[in-house]
Amino acid sequence: MGERPVELEILRYNPETDREPRFQRYSVGCREEWVVLDALNHIKETVDPTLSYRWSCHMAVCGSCGMMINGEPKLACKSFLRDYVGVIRVEPLAYFPIERDLVTVIDDFMDKLARVKPYLIPKREQPVSDGEYRQTPAELKKFKQYTLCINCMLCYAACPQYGLIPKYIGPAAIALAHRYNQDSRDGGRDQRQEEIAATEGVWDCSFVGACSEVCPEHVDPAGALQQVKIASTVDWYREHLMPWKKK
Amino acid sequence: MSRRPYVREVSKSRWFLGQPRYLRYMARELTCVFIGAYSVLLLVALKRLSEGREAYEAFLQALASPAGIVFQAVTLAFALYHTVTWFNVTPKAMPIQIGEAFVPGGVIIGAHYAGWAAVTVLVLVLAEAL
Repeated sequence: MGERPVELEILRYNPETDREPRFQRYSVGCREEWVVLDALNHIKETVDPTLSYRWSCHMAVCGSCGMMINGEPKLACKSFLRDYVGVIRVEPLAYFPIERDLVTVIDDFMDKLARVKPYLIPKREQPVSDGEYRQTPAELKKFKQYTLCINCMLCYAACPQYGLIPKYIGPAAIALAHRYNQDSRDGGRDQRQEEIAATEGVWDCSFVGACSEVCPEHVDPAGALQQVKIASTVDWYREHLMPWKKK
Repeated sequence: MSRRPYVREVSKSRWFLGQPRYLRYMARELTCVFIGAYSVLLLVALKRLSEGREAYEAFLQALASPAGIVFQAVTLAFALYHTVTWFNVTPKAMPIQIGEAFVPGGVIIGAHYAGWAAVTVLVLVLAEAL
């Protein structure tokens, strides 16, 4: 297990002393098999205990350690140092306000996520004695990929529309709304449409497609958004051309 | 400890620079300018045609000029870029599930190319027949 020198340029911001963020360079010896998160932990433990960043699971499950690594939204726990050449530039996730160093303010995403009701709203409540809400494997497969979302917000940091239009609900929240809309046990689509079929919902998406390209779990939010656009358009035509037909 | 979140401004005019993914997207958006211009060209062709043989032949000559050929070649390149990238994303927007499995993306994309070829052949046949 070899060790090699690694240089990291990390964006620092201390709200108590700094007017604006600045880059700080660290040169540390890192093991060959380390990821960027290991390097950050090593810096924090041995060089600079003031460095702040979020992390938890170290295995691409919790979605906490999203950051910009050489300009790309990445999970720090999934980005191997050996895949980078030269100085590695680490910044907080793009388009989110910086709380401190690599820690961003994620209240906006949390609020949007709650607004789209990303949970099962059963078509009809049934008593426990009636047993479980059953579903076929095909019905499960219809939405399964979207359940892999870990709310890491890399898709937001990749989406220029979110950067330009902060009100835009954004990829992950809409993809999760779509996940429940696609669920055969769910009856909450009308409630979610209020949010996601609005201008600030899917119609602020211009299909750059970057969200799906950066997703560490290979979810396809861009696909979900286009499907919601089509379904919402069909709704509109139904409503205006066949007003006698109930949804 | 006081909170004072720092908001990084996003440039409204330069946000796509320095990021290949965004540049590819902007190139795709730009294709509409050329496709729009070509649509106008077709309308002009119809107008010239309605003005008689001489006007139409002058129009055809203008098309065959170096500037006309360059415009058509550039428009063709942009139209192809638009079409190929559009077909490539169709499986995302229109996934087809049969039983448990989803139809492979390549099949959906291929069907679009087949449709394109069929329409092209139909247009050529009609043009021959008329």
